[in-house]
Amino acid sequence: MANKVVNVVIAGLGGQGVIKASDILADAAFRAGYDVKKSEIHGMSQRGGSVTSDVRFGEEVLSPMVPTGEADFLVAVAADQVESNRHQLRPGGVLLTAERIDETALANRRSLNVALLGALSVHLPIPEADWLEAVRANLAPKLHDANLQAFELGRSAARSGKV
Amino acid sequence: MPPPSRMLLSGDEAVALAARDAAVALGTGYPGTPSTEILEAFAGLGCHAQWAPNEKVAFEVALGAAFGGARALVTMKHVGLNVAADPLFTAAYTGVSGALVVVSADDPGMASSQNEQDNRRYAVAAGVPMLEPSDSQEAYDFTAAAIEMSERWKLPVLLRLTTRVCHSKSIVHPHEIPGPPAPPRFERDIRGRVMIPAYARPAHRRLRAKLAEIERWNESSPLNRRIDGDPAMGIVASGVSYVHAREAAPHASFLKLGVTYPLPMELIRRFAAGVKRCVVIEEGDPYLVESIRAAGVSVEGKAEMYRFGELNVARVRRILAKDTSPEPAPPAGKPPQLCVSCPHRTVFEVLRKLNCIIAGDIGCYTLGVLPPFEAMDSCVCMGASIGVGLGLRHVLPPAEARRVVSVIGDSTFVHSGITGMVEMVYNPPATGHVLMILDNGTTAMTGLQEHPGTGRTLNHEPTGRVVFEDLARALGIPHVDVIDPTLDPAALEALLADRLACGKLSLIVTRRPCLLAAGRIKEYERAAAGRESCETSAAQGRTDGE
Repeated sequence: MANKVVNVVIAGLGGQGVIKASDILADAAFRAGYDVKKSEIHGMSQRGGSVTSDVRFGEEVLSPMVPTGEADFLVAVAADQVESNRHQLRPGGVLLTAERIDETALANRRSLNVALLGALSVHLPIPEADWLEAVRANLAPKLHDANLQAFELGRSAARSGKV
Repeated sequence: MPPPSRMLLSGDEAVALAARDAAVALGTGYPGTPSTEILEAFAGLGCHAQWAPNEKVAFEVALGAAFGGARALVTMKHVGLNVAADPLFTAAYTGVSGALVVVSADDPGMASSQNEQDNRRYAVAAGVPMLEPSDSQEAYDFTAAAIEMSERWKLPVLLRLTTRVCHSKSIVHPHEIPGPPAPPRFERDIRGRVMIPAYARPAHRRLRAKLAEIERWNESSPLNRRIDGDPAMGIVASGVSYVHAREAAPHASFLKLGVTYPLPMELIRRFAAGVKRCVVIEEGDPYLVESIRAAGVSVEGKAEMYRFGELNVARVRRILAKDTSPEPAPPAGKPPQLCVSCPHRTVFEVLRKLNCIIAGDIGCYTLGVLPPFEAMDSCVCMGASIGVGLGLRHVLPPAEARRVVSVIGDSTFVHSGITGMVEMVYNPPATGHVLMILDNGTTAMTGLQEHPGTGRTLNHEPTGRVVFEDLARALGIPHVDVIDPTLDPAALEALLADRLACGKLSLIVTRRPCLLAAGRIKEYERAAAGRESCETSAAQGRTDGE
C-alpha cells in the first residue's frame, strides 16, 4: 500500500448512521496504524437530508476530502443515494449497497450501516481485530452485540460473494 | 496514566484538548456550526465551559477572565464574530493580562450558515494576530501557540478555523504545553483598560507598535514553513487550502503560512523571488493575494469564480491550470426537512393557512421556508425577525401590516431577540404586532445545546431560567399566551387569528420540546430531582445530628 491512499465515501440520509459508520472506519484504520483523515458536513444534514462522509487512509493523507471521481469505494446506506453519489467513484471503483444484505437477519435493523462496514471490510487491509475494537469503541455497550452481529453478517455476505 | 501518544480527533476536539493541556481556566461561547463541539469537548475533558446568551457576552466574559490574568477561550461561528465585534475591536486596544484566544469558525460554502463571510478580514480590521491551522494536529499546536502569543504580547489572538478543519478528523500527537505563568489575580490598570478617548489614543499606538513587533517576529516564526520543491511552481497557502494544494501539486515548492496576520512579507517576497511562477491558493476572499500584491510582490491569484464555495483538490488543480470553464454541478441530494411530528410543523401550517407575512429567523424552523410550508418571507441574522417584522408593520398598508408575524426560536430569542422585543414595546406599530417564540426547549439546529431559557447549564445542570412570558409581561406586552402547538392546532389557529385582528402587541409562545431532545430533557430533570432529594436528606441528616 506504499503511498497509496484508500478513498471511501459513505452516503445515506440523516439518521442512518453515515457519520457513525465513517467514525468506525476511520478508527479501525487509525488502530491499524495508518494516517487517516475523515471529513463530512454536519449541521443541516441531521434533518433527514443527504449525508456523505469521506474517509481516507494510507501512508500520508493530505486533503481530508476524497477528490471527485477518485473514490475506491462508495458505500450507500440508502438505495436512493447511489445515483447522486456515483460520480464520486473512480473507474473500476466498488459500489456497496444494502441491497444484498439480508436486513431481516439483522438483530437490529438500525445496524445496517455497520453491516455494510462488514461487507467493506473484506476489501480493506485492516485486521479484523481492529474493526471489532473500533465497533466497540464507537458504540454504547448495550449496542455491541447487535452491531458485532451486523458486522459479521455483512462480512460473511461479502465473503460468499453476495455483496 | 500518561496521555495517549496518538489520537484521532476533529479540529474542534483538538482545540479543546490543547486548551485543557494549557490549563485554560474558562471556555465560553455560543453554539454555532462548525464551532459548537469545541466547548462540548472542553467540558467533556472536565474543564470549565459555559454557553453564553450570545457571542458578545461570551467574548466579554472571556475578556474579563483574561483581565484577571487567566487563560480564556471564546468560541463562535463566523457570523458570531459580527455580534462580538464590538468588544473585539476595543479589546485589541486594552489588551489582556492573561491569554485570550478567540476562535472564529468560518463556513466557506455555507454548509450551515446564512453567508460565507471571510473573517480573516476581522484580524486586519481589529488589529489582532491571526493563526490558521490546516488540520487537527495544527489545531492543537496553534491553540497552544495562540496562548503563548497572547501572553507574550498581551493581545487577544484570533484562531481562524474553517468547516473542514473543525469537522475533519485527523491524527494528533499531544505534547506538554507550559502552564500559565501565574495564578489569576487582579492588577489595577486604569489607563490600560478604561477606554475613554484620552487613554484610548495612546492605547491605539501601543497596539500598532505591538503588531509591528509581531510582524518582525513572524518573519522567522516556526509557524510558517517552506517546503522546497520544484522551483518552477511556488504556492503560498494557509489553512485547509494548503493540504488541498499539496495534493493537487505534490512537486511544487510551498510557503505554508501559519500566522496570516500580520503577514511575514519579507519571507513571502524571498519565496516568490525564488520560484518561476508564484500562485496564492486561498479559500474565500482574495485576502492573501491582495495583501501580498499591495506590498509590491507579484503573485498570481485565483479566478473570481473560485471565490464562491469551498476549495478542494479538483478546484485547486483548475486554479493552477487557469481553467475557468464552467464547473460540473454536483447532482442534487435530498434537502433537509423538519422532522416528522416536529412541533414547528403545526405552527407553519397555521401561519400558512392564515396567509401571514412571516419575518423569520435562524434555526431548525428556518426549514419552514421549504415546501410544503413555504411559510417564511425573510431570514437575515439572529434576532432579525423582530426588527424586520416591526419595520414591515410600520410601512405596509394596514390590511397587509396586520398579516405580519415575527417568528423566532427560543435560543435565538435569548441570543438577540430580547432587544427586539424591547423595540416592539418602545415603538409599537399602529396595527400592533404578533411575536411568536417557537420554544422547543433546546438549541436544536446546532445539536441540542442548552441556553438560558432551558434553565440548565452547558453540562445540563439546573441553573437560573429566563422565562419568556414573564419577561414579556414585565415589559408590559398586553397579550401574552403560552400554547402547546401539537396538542391543539385548532386552538393555536384561533388564538393567532384573534391576536392578528386585535391591533395590540402580542406574544405567543408555542411550547413543546423538540422530539430529538424530549427524552434527554426528561433524563436531565430526573437526575436533577434525584440530586435535590439527596441534598435535602443530607441537609436534614445534618440538622437531626445537631
